[in-house]
Amino acid sequence: MSGRERVLGRVRRALATAPDDDTPYEQAIARGYLRRHADLGVEGTVDLLAENLADYRAIVHRCALDELPGTLGRLLELRGSRSVLVPPGLPESWLAGVATTRVDDRADDTPHALDRVDSVVTGCAVAVAETGTIVLDGSPDQGRRRITLVPDHHICVVRVPDQVVPSVPVALERLAPARPLTWISGPSATSDIELDRVEGVHGPRTLEVVLVR
Amino acid sequence: MSGTFVGMPAFPAAAHEAVRNPTLRGNLRHATHTIRAKRAKAVAELADWAELREAGRRIKDHTLRHLDRYLVQLEEAVTAAGGTVHWAADADEANRIVAGLVKATGETEVVKVKSMATQEIGLNEALLEEGIHAYETDLAELIVQLGDDRPSHILVPAIHRNRGEIREIFTREMREWGRPAPEGLTDTPAELAEAARLHLREKFLRAKVGISGANFMVAETGTLVVVESEGNGRMCLTLPETLISVVGIEKVVPTWRDLEVFLQTLPRSSTAERMNPYTSMWTGTTDAETADGPRVFHLVLLDNGRTDTLADDVGRQALRCIRCSACLNVCPVYERAGGHAYGSVYPGPIGAILSPQLRGTASEIDASLPYASSLCGACYEVCPVAIDIPEVLVHLRERVVQGGPVTREGNKAVLKPAKGHAAERAAMRAALWALTRPGALRTGQRLVSRTRRFHPRTLPGPGRAWSDSRDLPPVPAEPFRDWWRRTNGGRDTK
Repeated sequence: MSGRERVLGRVRRALATAPDDDTPYEQAIARGYLRRHADLGVEGTVDLLAENLADYRAIVHRCALDELPGTLGRLLELRGSRSVLVPPGLPESWLAGVATTRVDDRADDTPHALDRVDSVVTGCAVAVAETGTIVLDGSPDQGRRRITLVPDHHICVVRVPDQVVPSVPVALERLAPARPLTWISGPSATSDIELDRVEGVHGPRTLEVVLVR
Repeated sequence: MSGTFVGMPAFPAAAHEAVRNPTLRGNLRHATHTIRAKRAKAVAELADWAELREAGRRIKDHTLRHLDRYLVQLEEAVTAAGGTVHWAADADEANRIVAGLVKATGETEVVKVKSMATQEIGLNEALLEEGIHAYETDLAELIVQLGDDRPSHILVPAIHRNRGEIREIFTREMREWGRPAPEGLTDTPAELAEAARLHLREKFLRAKVGISGANFMVAETGTLVVVESEGNGRMCLTLPETLISVVGIEKVVPTWRDLEVFLQTLPRSSTAERMNPYTSMWTGTTDAETADGPRVFHLVLLDNGRTDTLADDVGRQALRCIRCSACLNVCPVYERAGGHAYGSVYPGPIGAILSPQLRGTASEIDASLPYASSLCGACYEVCPVAIDIPEVLVHLRERVVQGGPVTREGNKAVLKPAKGHAAERAAMRAALWALTRPGALRTGQRLVSRTRRFHPRTLPGPGRAWSDSRDLPPVPAEPFRDWWRRTNGGRDTK
C-alpha cells in the first residue's frame, strides 16, 4: 500500500464515527470579524501605514512623483552605496537622479554576485496600513525574491494612495496566490537572544520606504 | 545534554530538577513575562479578536472534519503548479523520503528553516546517518544545534540560554561547523546576531537544497506559507535549486481567504507583533522565465500520529494548533519547569496534550504529561484557535488511569489502565460507591466529624507523599447537610 493510500485511509477511518456535518464551507465559517479596523479615509490610512512602518523601524520618506529621482539618488548617496540592483521593470524615470553604479538583475547571477551589491530599489504590489507591511509579488518593477533579500539595504517605493490598503483581508483580495509573494514588515529582526530585538540577521538590515504620490 | 528526547525521565522527575536551576528559572521568567505583556497589548489593538478566534476555530474544525477532501484538493493544486507530493505515515517513512530526495540531488549539505515537524521526526539525525549534514539557520535553532542541546520553546527554542551562554557556545563551536566566531566576540545581542549572520551566509549562498516546514497550506491554490522574522526562511525558500517541505497534514486550510484570519492572529499571539517581519508564500515552482525560487519542489505530507489524534472526539481539537506558543508563555507550570521537562519537541500546555496523542501514552513520560498542569485554564484563554487544553488534559488523565479505546497507527486498540495509579483508582471507586449511596455518605460524614479530634496531621501509607507538602483540610464539626437541615437551609441562623 502506498503512503498516500495509508494516510488517506487512516483519515477516513478516523472520521467514520464523527458526527455528520455537510454544512457547506461558506456557512461553516462565521466571519463576524472586521474587514478593516478603522475607517480613516485615504489620508488617514496612508498616515497609519507610515506610522506602523516606522514603529517597526523602517525608515519612511514621502515625496511627490517628480521628486522621486532626486530622493532615490540622495538616499543611495547618503548610504554610501557603490552599486544598486534594479529589477527589469522599474520605471526608468525613477532612476534619473541616481549616480550609483547600476546592476541589472539577471537570472543567471549567482547568490554570491548579489551579495556584492550594496542596495536594491523596487516597487511593491500592495502596502498594508494596519500592520505596516509591504508586499512584493515578483512583478517586473519588484523582481525576483532574492534581490530584496541578499543586499543589506532595500529601498521600496509605494505609490500612494493607490497601492495602500487598510488591512490584511483587503490585501489578500488584491494579491494573486500563484505569484511568489513576500510580505515585509520592517527590516529583518530576531528576538532569539533574551527577547532583545536585533535588526538584520539575514535579510536587509535597513529598509527604507518612499511613499510617493 | 544530548539531542534526543528518548529515555527522558517522566515529567515530575525532570521538572523537579529544572525548578532547582536558578539560571533557567530566571531566563524563563524574564522571557515569558516580557512576551506575555507584549502579546496582551498587540491583541488589544484588534476589537474583533473574539470573532477572529472563533473564525480560526471553525476553519480548523471544518478542515479537520473533511481532511481527506482537502488533502486531495491540495495534492492536485500543488501538482498542477509543478510540485511533487509525497505521503508519509510515520517518522521513518518521512525521513526515508527526504533522504532519498536529497541523495537524488547528489548534495551532502542542506540548509533548514526552523520546522517543528522535522524536529518531531528527528530528520537531522536521520539525514546524518545517510551522510547528509543539515544546518539549522534560525538563530535560536543554531544556538541549540551548536550547543548539542534540545529546543525548549516552540517559538524561541533557546529561551533557556542567556547571552553569556550563547557567546560561549558560538566561540567554542562555530569553527567546527564552518566560519568561526569573530575574535573578541562580546555578549551583546547585536554582536551575537552578526556572528550568526556571517557564519550562516556562507552556507546560504552555496546551498543547493533547502528543507522547510510550513505554517499553512492552501488546498484551493496549492500555496504554502512560511511566517518568520530573520530572513533565514526566505534564504532557504528562495536560493536553493531544490526545496523540500515537510508539513503535518493538519496544516491545510481550505481557501486563500482563510489566511486573512491566521495572518492576523498568529503574529500577535506568537511574537506579539502586528505582523512578523517576513512571510513567504509560494505555489509550486516558478517557470524558467521568471526563475524566482527553487526549480524543484517536493511536499511531504506527514501523518505520524495525527490521524490517531483525529480519531479521538475530544482530543482532535489539538490539531487546530497553529504553533504560536502563546500557551507556553502564560503557563505557570512551564514557567517554572522549562521546556525540556516535557520530553518532547512540543513543550508547555499544547505539548502536554499533543505529545501523548501523537506518540500514545505507553511511555512513562507520555503518561505523565497530562498531569503536567495545574488546570488553571490560562492556556485556553490565550489560545487563538480556542483549543480547550484543560478539557483534553482531563480527558487524557482519564485515559491514562482507566484505559479505554484508542487508535494507534491507524488501528483500533484498547488501552490498559496505567500502572502506578492503583491508589487513585481505588479512591475513585470508593468515592463513586459512597456518592451513589446517600445513607452511607451521611453516616460516614457524621462519623468523621465526631472523631475529628483524633485525626492525624499527615496521611498514612501512599497518601503520605501528598501530605508531606500540604496540610490536611480541617474537618468541620458538623456535616454540611446536617447543618442545612438543622438551620432550615441557613435561614434560622447566621
